[in-house]
Amino acid sequence: MSSMNTSSLTQEMLVRMFAAGKRFDGRKLLEMRDFTIEYNVSNKAEGSARVKLGKTEVVVGVKMEVAAPYPDSLDKGNLMVSGDLLPLASPRFESGPPKFNAIELPRLVDRMIRESHVIDLHKLIIKEGEKVWTVIIDVYPINDDGNLIDAAGLATIAALMNTYIPNLDEAGRIDHESKSTKKLPLTEGTVPLSFTFFKLGDSLIVDPTREEEEACEGKINWGISNWKGKEHMLHSCQKGLEIPLTREEIEFMMQTLPKLYDDTLKKLKKFLK
Amino acid sequence: MNELNKAHEEYEDFSSYPDSGTESATRTVVVPGEIIASGEDLLPGEGTRRDGNDVIASRFGLAEKVGRVVKIISISGAFVPRRNNVVIGRVSDIVHSGWIIDIDYAQNGFLPLMESPRFINKHEMDQFLAIGDMVSAKVWSVSPKSIDLAMKGKGLGKLEGGFTFRVNPSSVPRVIGREGSMINLIKENTGCNVTIGQNGWVWIKGQDLDNEIKARKAIEFIAEKFHVSGLTEKMEEWFAKNK
Repeated sequence: MSSMNTSSLTQEMLVRMFAAGKRFDGRKLLEMRDFTIEYNVSNKAEGSARVKLGKTEVVVGVKMEVAAPYPDSLDKGNLMVSGDLLPLASPRFESGPPKFNAIELPRLVDRMIRESHVIDLHKLIIKEGEKVWTVIIDVYPINDDGNLIDAAGLATIAALMNTYIPNLDEAGRIDHESKSTKKLPLTEGTVPLSFTFFKLGDSLIVDPTREEEEACEGKINWGISNWKGKEHMLHSCQKGLEIPLTREEIEFMMQTLPKLYDDTLKKLKKFLK
Repeated sequence: MNELNKAHEEYEDFSSYPDSGTESATRTVVVPGEIIASGEDLLPGEGTRRDGNDVIASRFGLAEKVGRVVKIISISGAFVPRRNNVVIGRVSDIVHSGWIIDIDYAQNGFLPLMESPRFINKHEMDQFLAIGDMVSAKVWSVSPKSIDLAMKGKGLGKLEGGFTFRVNPSSVPRVIGREGSMINLIKENTGCNVTIGQNGWVWIKGQDLDNEIKARKAIEFIAEKFHVSGLTEKMEEWFAKNK
């Protein structure tokens, strides 16, 4: 791939194409790319998944650790999400201190997981007020062909659904030798997913390729779930880039989101074991 | 993964076709350092070098023996500008004596003010080329200090309308085809104007969106199938199928 910025010609072309409801890869404006999920890609992590959304590829690993609870939430386990935009994923990413995108990505994933309450943090207590489980989620983009956030969201929930809590020995330390069969306690039926709408001209699209993403002028990320398998529930949101969104556009998203969610969930369920 | 497998399967299919071309090409994948062939009378061609009695690969690609010449069709690799290359670049900055052009190389190109086709007021240089505009230009000279571009010539200048995208620079010769056969085929079938820079950037301008999208798809298809022989015929079939 190349590190050349989007030319004004291509951007104008994309505006015209989106206005006509067309995309270079033949998708509709509100159509996601197909994705595949692989499990257990890391043999050291307690849970892991690799998601390929088109050419975008993200690996997520979940590590479980024993730690002290935070003083303001003694009755809860801890959740940490971190991410790193590896230079191997895109010519845009450089090593060094994390920049805006590298901070935003794990934060959005964190908020999507935390606010959906999919992980039952109250069940992660080992000894009340002293010892709890810490769930550490690591997000690693392997290839960036646009829409890293939604791909990371998919990979995270897939990895969490496949995470086991390791056994503890008599001294209370993690026993890495024995195989655990105890799954991470997740809220039954709840599957949080992330969807990001991108705006260019007067059009809204989802799941852009890198070319499209770089041409877009506005974006908004939604975390949505079906609380305990019933109604749709929005639980997180972040507006990005410069161009504002109109009220009609937000209303339009509210109408489209449930269908997008249901379609993606259906595809996701095919990969669940 | 799926795409790769698909491409591979199609390659298998194509290779079972009887070779129609005059070249009796048997192509093998080689890595740098690999001995391709041995013999005093062999000539090392593009991407190869001679070491004693052997011809050795210096690039990753498909080795091919045509007559006495052994050469490599490289599969990957960056664009390295040479004098007289036509490149398509993006204006990334304006300085007092000209424009800085991003030509998708480690170093930027420089387009002097003198190269503009008409007189330009030094204070209004963005009237002609603003940041984000695309130009097609010729590499005038390459030195460690700068890459100078020239824009006086047929088909060179500011690109207006249409759009640009990138293919792998190593597949540019295939997209152009023998004596421009492939590019003419695309032009005939889509009615689009197509310009290809040696740096892998392609500019397409056509009458309507559908034809422009089709032209891009065709070019990306060719760029992916760099290893298939008799590609022009395959493309004719492709256009017949994707009417």
